[in-house]
Amino acid sequence: MTTVTADLPASYLTKEHTIASWLLTSDHKRIALLFFASITFFFFIGGFAATLIRLHLLNPAGTLLQPDMYNRMFSMHGIVMVWFFLIPSIPTTLGNFLIPLMIGARDLAFPKINLASWYVFNISGFFVLFCLFVGGVDTGWTFYTPYSTLFANGYVIPAAVAVFINGFSSIMTGLNFVITIHRLRAPGMTWMRLPLFVWAIYAVSLVMLLATPVLAMTLALVALERWMGVGIFDPQLGGDPLLFQHMFWFYSHPAVYIMILPAMGVVSELVSCFARRPVFGYEGMAYALMSIAVISFFVWAHHMFVAGISIYAGIVFSLLTFFVAVPSAIKVFNWTATLHKGSISFDAPMLYALGFVGLFTIGGLTGLMVATLPIDIHVHDTYFVIAHFHYIMVGGTVSAFFGGLHYWWPKITGRLYPEMWARVAAIITFLGFNLTFFPQFILGYLGMPRRYYTYDPAWQVWNVLSSAGASILAAAYTLPLLYLGWSLFYGARAGANPWRATGLEWLTSSPPPQHNFPRTPVVRAAPYQYNPADGSYVAQDGSSNA
Amino acid sequence: MQWVPFWPRDASVTAQSIDKIFIGELALVLVILGFVFGLMIVFGLRYRRGSRANRTGLIKKTWHWEIGWTVGSLAAFLVLFVWGANMYVWLYDPPRAGLEIYVVAKQWMWKAQHPGGQREINELHVPLGETVRLLLTSQDVIHSFFVPAFRVKHDVLPGQYETFWFKPTELGRFRLECTQYCGTEHAHMGGDIVVMPPADYARWLSRQGEHESLAQQGEALFRKYGCSGCHGANSTVHAPSLVGVYGGLVHLEGGDTVRADERYIRDSILLPRSQIVAGYAPVMPSFAGQIGEDDLVKLVAYVQSLSPIDGASQ
Repeated sequence: MTTVTADLPASYLTKEHTIASWLLTSDHKRIALLFFASITFFFFIGGFAATLIRLHLLNPAGTLLQPDMYNRMFSMHGIVMVWFFLIPSIPTTLGNFLIPLMIGARDLAFPKINLASWYVFNISGFFVLFCLFVGGVDTGWTFYTPYSTLFANGYVIPAAVAVFINGFSSIMTGLNFVITIHRLRAPGMTWMRLPLFVWAIYAVSLVMLLATPVLAMTLALVALERWMGVGIFDPQLGGDPLLFQHMFWFYSHPAVYIMILPAMGVVSELVSCFARRPVFGYEGMAYALMSIAVISFFVWAHHMFVAGISIYAGIVFSLLTFFVAVPSAIKVFNWTATLHKGSISFDAPMLYALGFVGLFTIGGLTGLMVATLPIDIHVHDTYFVIAHFHYIMVGGTVSAFFGGLHYWWPKITGRLYPEMWARVAAIITFLGFNLTFFPQFILGYLGMPRRYYTYDPAWQVWNVLSSAGASILAAAYTLPLLYLGWSLFYGARAGANPWRATGLEWLTSSPPPQHNFPRTPVVRAAPYQYNPADGSYVAQDGSSNA
Repeated sequence: MQWVPFWPRDASVTAQSIDKIFIGELALVLVILGFVFGLMIVFGLRYRRGSRANRTGLIKKTWHWEIGWTVGSLAAFLVLFVWGANMYVWLYDPPRAGLEIYVVAKQWMWKAQHPGGQREINELHVPLGETVRLLLTSQDVIHSFFVPAFRVKHDVLPGQYETFWFKPTELGRFRLECTQYCGTEHAHMGGDIVVMPPADYARWLSRQGEHESLAQQGEALFRKYGCSGCHGANSTVHAPSLVGVYGGLVHLEGGDTVRADERYIRDSILLPRSQIVAGYAPVMPSFAGQIGEDDLVKLVAYVQSLSPIDGASQ
């Protein structure tokens, strides 16, 4: 270690103690923690809805919840989990905390916009909670017209307003990251020396900036049609219901990649560090991230193969969907190859990362199946699709989020978490996840449609297995809350670099001081200069460590 | 595949084809999955920290490998794409249908109308081994017509006709489900497809009471709504005759040519000015909002019946 830690100022956590110093902070690290509090809250709201859904489906007759209540629960689960947890999850917490640290900057380019983004997020969160408490919404998270504009009996407009406002938080955060990564890199931090996590956040920020406005327009039109009867989507008013689906998926398919790209960035950091080996094919990994971001804009209509689009549209979008799978395949193979000749230790972050690779691979391969036109005709809108995208979003993104949280926990809090408990949580997350969602592939092929509050009794065994898995998963997600909370007070003090990792974020103390580095670091080395043969590494400032 | 305890019944021609491609892809997926998981396990054991494996000579020219698995994945994906797209074209290009049935969906029921005028709700009787073509529309929101045992699914949209076909290969009752979320009772918007031997089907049809055929009912409506005043044989108004229109090509003002299918006929009733036949003045008033889906079905069936090339709906 070259950095002297003794004469550093107080950490960002201890510098000021007032509540105002948190609520009015412009420090990206504090804002990251504010976001962390918000999205954790929403994760448990969305998780609560999921728990009710799985409890309800234990019984094929579906007697626990009234039909309207069940419909509100899956709608709220989707809306909250997509916009209030998955999309902001990694970018606003780990991204906010780490991007300036990883590129050697004092803060993001626009610290006040960063804080504004958190406030905007919470305003949108207020609307979604308002919608929930006055009676909820029953459109599903997809708001399909003309159901949402004319027939839905829930509070569609508050929900649309919530998601509309939420988009501005995404745009502000994305804009901030793009400009920060372009303008505030430390001397020597060339594009091809950026950690892959930074590349991933860069790619996702571009997608956020370009896709989110389309969602805002779409939802504004839905609200206008519902409120004033403007005929955009409802055929009775001269509108076109498929237009909505095109506009919605033009945002919402890229949004899937908004959820998964940051997770890919996290996993690249983790796999490399715990295999003590440079990422296999760094440049290929960076280009793959960028190509996924670009191609993700051209696959939206694969959600509409049976919706009444033309046969030519079906064929073209199927082909483009197979294309977007290629860079994802490259990433999976490269992560696997990163293990080759490594010196692998199975600490909790690595367990989460390996779990991610496995679950993402299953999610991606079943994605090929649903991209195949005839198969999609059968499995579209069934539990097969539900299982497929939960493998990506929960198995993938949430695993990576937990992995990243454990990995950077010592940096964020200055404390080590209890390793044994963390490994237990990582393993039961993996097992509980598979038990929850694998039976849903079978249910889907058997023909169980999504959004059904009652189902054929012949399918009960698979539903019971899935619900059993969900209870394990719930425990696995609550466990970190307990032991990470414990470690805040009783965990061992972490040094600056407990994982002996190469990134700039590990050069400063844990937790870092308010402006990150005593002096701006100079970057002299590519990332991931680990040597598995003798365990040594070269940090990005060029310092060698045995 | 019926020996697998959790395999859905396959009771149509398309089901067998879709099962084939599904199993084919499943096999490929398992091979890739086995390869990735296998490598992860082998590397994880062999290169665990503290093992005595040789770690010198890391692969430097990674692009050799990357090009390898890029080309490999792309080639495999293209094979899957071509296989799937080919089958999709077949699924969308119906063989000559022996039976055409209109289906109208509404919250939360399915109404079917047979060519002979027989109607049924939440049930659909069809003869075994016959190619059945469905014409579907919705009165309210988007629904989706899904028969898992046939592996067929198509969204049913308000304001337009969608069409697909199936050919049952097994007798029995098969579940019909709505798969596009449509409101409170979405989960109960189901029914049964009843596949019967052709003779039984004919008997079933005759037991439904005396009915005028759809086309005959349509003819009465054709007079009632005043269509015959212009399109009838004795009309003095310069309006296109509808005899022989269905199934042929129509030349539109502006140079376009469209195939006169059910959707075209429907649109011409509701939105007559969107597709003006070349050589005619745009004088026809719109009937949007005046004719319900049930009556539209009958009118379309009547116009179909005026076309000698189509014998099915006579």
